[in-house]
Amino acid sequence: MTAEVRTVRTPAEQAIVEHFETALPALPGGARVRQAREKAFAAFRKTGLPHRRVEEWKYTDLRALMKRAEAPAPRPSADQAARAAATPDLLPGVDRYRLTLVDGYFFPALSDVDALEKAGVQFASLAGLLAADNEMSAHMLTHALLASDDTALVLNTAFATDGVAIRIAPGAMLGKPIEIAHVSTGGASAARHALDVGEDANLRLIETHRGAAGAAYQANVAWGGMIGQGATVSFAKVQMDAPDAIHLGTTMLGIGEGVALNHLTLTAGAAVSRSQMFLSTGGDHTRLGLYGANMIGGRQHADTTLLIDHALPGANTRVLVKSAIDDEAQGVFQGKIVVEPDAQKTDAKMMSKALLLSETAEFDAKPELEIFADDVQCGHGATSGRIDAEQLFYLMARAVPRAEAERLLIEAFLDDAIDALGDEGLAPSLRGIVSDWLAKRGTRTP
Amino acid sequence: MTALLEIRDLHVSIEDREILKGIDLTVNEGETHAIMGPNGSGKSTLAYVLAGRDTYEVTGGSILFKGEDLLAMDIDERAAKGVFLAFQYPIEIPGVATMTFLKAALNAQRKKQGLGELSTPDFMRKVRDVSARLNVTDEMLRRPLNVGFSGGEKKRNEIMQMALLDPALCVMDETDSGLDIDALRVVADGVNTLKSKERGIVVITHYQRLLNYIVPDFVHVLSAGRIVRSGGKELALELEAKGYAEFTGKAA
Repeated sequence: MTAEVRTVRTPAEQAIVEHFETALPALPGGARVRQAREKAFAAFRKTGLPHRRVEEWKYTDLRALMKRAEAPAPRPSADQAARAAATPDLLPGVDRYRLTLVDGYFFPALSDVDALEKAGVQFASLAGLLAADNEMSAHMLTHALLASDDTALVLNTAFATDGVAIRIAPGAMLGKPIEIAHVSTGGASAARHALDVGEDANLRLIETHRGAAGAAYQANVAWGGMIGQGATVSFAKVQMDAPDAIHLGTTMLGIGEGVALNHLTLTAGAAVSRSQMFLSTGGDHTRLGLYGANMIGGRQHADTTLLIDHALPGANTRVLVKSAIDDEAQGVFQGKIVVEPDAQKTDAKMMSKALLLSETAEFDAKPELEIFADDVQCGHGATSGRIDAEQLFYLMARAVPRAEAERLLIEAFLDDAIDALGDEGLAPSLRGIVSDWLAKRGTRTP
Repeated sequence: MTALLEIRDLHVSIEDREILKGIDLTVNEGETHAIMGPNGSGKSTLAYVLAGRDTYEVTGGSILFKGEDLLAMDIDERAAKGVFLAFQYPIEIPGVATMTFLKAALNAQRKKQGLGELSTPDFMRKVRDVSARLNVTDEMLRRPLNVGFSGGEKKRNEIMQMALLDPALCVMDETDSGLDIDALRVVADGVNTLKSKERGIVVITHYQRLLNYIVPDFVHVLSAGRIVRSGGKELALELEAKGYAEFTGKAA
């Protein structure tokens, strides 16, 4: 098919090639879209899965971690989808519009499309947009901002089955948040979403991920979006995928001047996960807050990777990623802040903090600054350590048992990132996820 | 009658350096003891060992609390049984609201005593009774524990916790340090309110000043890890007049 077929090294890579050839004819889109998919996949044929010698994936050696590649999940029946989605609510008490995907396919019957449209939100499914097979359709898949060479994105482009395209009108203000719910039952899925937030609009967005316990599915989700000047956006990603799952998430956002964006990634699920963000930002009064609350144990591997490119002057960027790591789990933080020559007066601070809860827990941090402007304030820090012995002693000296004292301290540590998101409506549910995780940690048998 | 606290020939080291070299001290119910001494004499070590800090190694001797082996108990167990250490430098705990902490502490103690958890109104009532007396404001109670508290606020917070947990033995480690005279008076009044014939109080201090407000029954002078002299409250005044050198054989 292409001249540059590389010797495929692993069974998973070989399987991905086979899956692509089998799946391609049935994937949505005509000739143009197919061309975009093939172009993306050609890159994969060349590179294969990223491994430790690929700098951007140094600590998440996907070639080693992904032993086999699941076949693309077929579209579930309406009944199957409804059953899969009917699990206990991750966000009890949060009144929101819901858009539901099961195994990477959008299900209108499980979604509040009418209500959303009534509220003034323009909505389309990705499958529908791709089927039109026009310039716009191909662009939906090739728009890659700063991530064009990234393998997770390349695979998403090649395999994307469906997704949501959301347009918020300029100045619009939604009364409640929109949840894009991802539910997985098995196989490999690739959902691709598009977000277009109009100038001065106000939006709260929640992206959730969960799946059938025991299912070793592989979910790949990607967002491409633009946030218009002066818009205010709160965006929370809640990754509670099943214990044996692999989760690859890519969020690419172009951010206009004067935008206030707060984003939180909460990670508790999946055996292997990577949540990566590629942001292009800058401009006076642009305020970016990127937060992470990660809680992992067992042999989980969770990677948070950020690339924030400041192209215009005057932006204010804050990054705070907190990771509680137990057992033999491994946490990774990679954060790169770039300040372009024109982006004078950029004020960017990046902080990663890890709490190691066992002797065998591991955390790797790689913060980077690349600054090409001379009048900026930038800094980064990374800490990793055990629970503070003085704090523990103080709580215990007030009769609080060790396990509960630890719980209070870990909870405070993680809640800090949740509070930073500043979404009062969502915070209680997110704090609930933290306390559930801590309760499970407390009751497990050693 | 069993003593409240009975320390016998206590030896304590930190990183192989012996800090306490054979301490004997008996505190009975209703008594207030002051332990005075120059910096480095081992005063704070004694306080921490009573509370159970594990960075200190007890290499010899025994501590009985109400006849039970205190050294065999974990930190929280000691606290639940009635040993309270008021810290010289109370620890800041970001993210844990003072009120949340107080509730966790009080309920943990009640649970260990076989009592049920306090209802929220009962808990609030209990806290308000004490906090008002110690000028602990509602705003302080909402703030993260000790974070951004002034020196005086931290110490008042300590005494409030002491009043809430109602310990049998209060150990006060340099409670006067960093306090101006008004703050000192509030704190001392708080302690004096807690004096009772069931409770023992051990006041550890460098200066005699605090003992004008919290009047001890007994004063002990600690020097280089040993109690070198014991006496009544007049001993504190003598120390103040003559300095520690007179008692320790070297300049303090």
